Amino acid sequence: MTDMSYLDGNMLDGPLREVFAVDVSGATGRCASCGATGPMAGLRVYSHAPGLVARCPACAEVMLRLVRGPDRAWLDLRGITFLQVPLPPA
Amino acid sequence: MSPGFQGRRRSAGPALPPGQYLTEDFPVLSAGPTPRVRPDAWEFVVTTETGTEHRWTWAEFTALPQETPTVDIHCVTRWSKLGTTWQGVSLDVLLDGVDTDAAYALVHSYGGYTTNLPLADLRGGRAWVVHGYDGRDLPAEHGGPARLLVPHLYLWKSAKWVRGMRLGVTDTPGFWETAGYHDYGDPWREQRYAGD
Ligand SMILES: [Zn+2]
Repeated sequence: MTDMSYLDGNMLDGPLREVFAVDVSGATGRCASCGATGPMAGLRVYSHAPGLVARCPACAEVMLRLVRGPDRAWLDLRGITFLQVPLPPA
Repeated sequence: MSPGFQGRRRSAGPALPPGQYLTEDFPVLSAGPTPRVRPDAWEFVVTTETGTEHRWTWAEFTALPQETPTVDIHCVTRWSKLGTTWQGVSLDVLLDGVDTDAAYALVHSYGGYTTNLPLADLRGGRAWVVHGYDGRDLPAEHGGPARLLVPHLYLWKSAKWVRGMRLGVTDTPGFWETAGYHDYGDPWREQRYAGD
């Protein structure tokens, strides 16, 4: 028996490529801590650090962290409930 | 730097871990706003794996036996600074009356920062909670009123604005350790990122 109710994660490649190829600083994000919703460009980014730490302008909690190693990167979005990304009409 | 100083360094082995460069100033790194903690509101808390809490007020902490370690420090962003002098209390003193079978510590700070270390690395005269730097009170931008100092590991382990630590039988990764950085962070083995 084959469970046909889910798809292989490889199918995410196309949909996520479209989302992550956009300029995320132009997206809208919701803070998972306080619920404030606003442009990602409005976050406060601390860059004199081992990685980028972007904090909510309303409550100062961490919304996004990005660590860039020489051959890999780590992206932590736990502090963001959603990213609303403008796209051209489908 | 005098030739004699360099010569002594060279005879004692390389002064800098791999991939590091020497700096004379003291860069300020921060992942968020600088907490402003008044000493009279400061406390340091060690919580054991059974939930027992050991607390020190500022007055109690500064009345403990003081040490003035001179150490080299190494930041994972590749700068190293040699011969820095601090004042504070050895973790051996703070942990002396703490009954624990824990193997790890999750250090936490005012402002929400955390970092994890093996408890063994906080013992043996290799770790301090410091409140002075270069003969003065530790400035807030460098972690004052007090910070952890564990110079044999990358400096992100030396949590600024330290508030306490939770001891545990298992390792709980901290702020940078959950974002790709190494759980241990030995600069001489260049353990920068997970898997290094
Ligand atoms: Zn918020």
